Amino acid sequence: MPRKPGIVLDRRKAVTAILAPRGDSLLVTGLGSSTYDAAAAGDHVNNFYLWGAMGGAAMLGLGLALAQPNRRVLVITGDGEMLMGLGSLATIGVQQPRNLSIIVLDNEHYGETGMQESHTRRTADLAGVAKATGFRHTATLYNAQQLKTWIPEFYRAPGPVFAALKVTRDREPAILPPRDGTHIRNRFREAVLGPRQALE
Amino acid sequence: MGAKPSSPSSPTWPDDIHRVFSAARLRQVAYVPDAGHIRLINLCAADPNMNTIVLTSEEEGVALLAGAWLGGERGVLLMQSSGVGNCINMLAMIQECRFPLLALVTMRGEWGEFNPWQIPMGQGAARALENAGVVVHHVDAAARVGETLFAATRLAFDSYRAVAVLIGQRVVGFKQWNK
Repeated sequence: MPRKPGIVLDRRKAVTAILAPRGDSLLVTGLGSSTYDAAAAGDHVNNFYLWGAMGGAAMLGLGLALAQPNRRVLVITGDGEMLMGLGSLATIGVQQPRNLSIIVLDNEHYGETGMQESHTRRTADLAGVAKATGFRHTATLYNAQQLKTWIPEFYRAPGPVFAALKVTRDREPAILPPRDGTHIRNRFREAVLGPRQALE
Repeated sequence: MGAKPSSPSSPTWPDDIHRVFSAARLRQVAYVPDAGHIRLINLCAADPNMNTIVLTSEEEGVALLAGAWLGGERGVLLMQSSGVGNCINMLAMIQECRFPLLALVTMRGEWGEFNPWQIPMGQGAARALENAGVVVHHVDAAARVGETLFAATRLAFDSYRAVAVLIGQRVVGFKQWNK
């Protein structure tokens, strides 16, 4: 096996850079650090934060992307969360949503539960799975220069787009966004659909 | 519709369900295939107002429909009773966020079942769903399928609840092992 490049990317800086040009795009975050990273970049009404439902972030993003075909939908999640929903990559591949980009913050560890090594540490190649299941643009990104090149692609490239960002396992302070599910849901619906349709 | 009749008297309850789906403006029809849903899946696939989405596992559909509703679209999840257990983790999100959810479950393991491996999940399906906060309607007569689904659709989308309609094996019929 080829030697892997060293891991240098800071997840929080990466997420802040990814979200800077977000415009009116919509964001779904996977439970744990991905949710905190998005909150640290700035709470936003177009963010739907998951605090549970492990394995569901990509599918929630698909449902949203199909319902809102004129808006970009980003899913930012972790390697453990993505691994639990690996089958959803096959489902997304069949649907070919042009407006969906999935970004995995891959620190190769289960960071919330004691930093046990995940499958990506050893053998699993998430971008390879995405490519094999029909994603149009896939990459594994190792450094800031590659990330910079890819950020516009997250918003512009015809999806489905998938990128695994190899990030360090450094732990950042937890920045906690709202966690009441009904509050997050209502706030998000009102932002996306407007106050009247949100209540339908 | 080009669907071939599967028995001398082809059932019409799938057509009743499709009419309710149309009237309720359900758009995302997610499913793990089940023989009991063949006709319904074909009807939905042929409907230009519906998008059929094949899943690898039932829990994907639960998350999908949460996202759909967040984006202003309604949908439904079709599965066999053996798939109920796969949904439990995602149903926690449905309960916490009080998302509407409509699921349609064709039953195995309850009426004249031939395969013993279907019994545990078939017999446990209703209780498993109820334990996860889902309202369960069981329907055992073909003539009642349409009205039950209509009521379930209102409960799901007007009252923001998770509702599962279990279509009894008596309605679905015995599996034909020679096919």
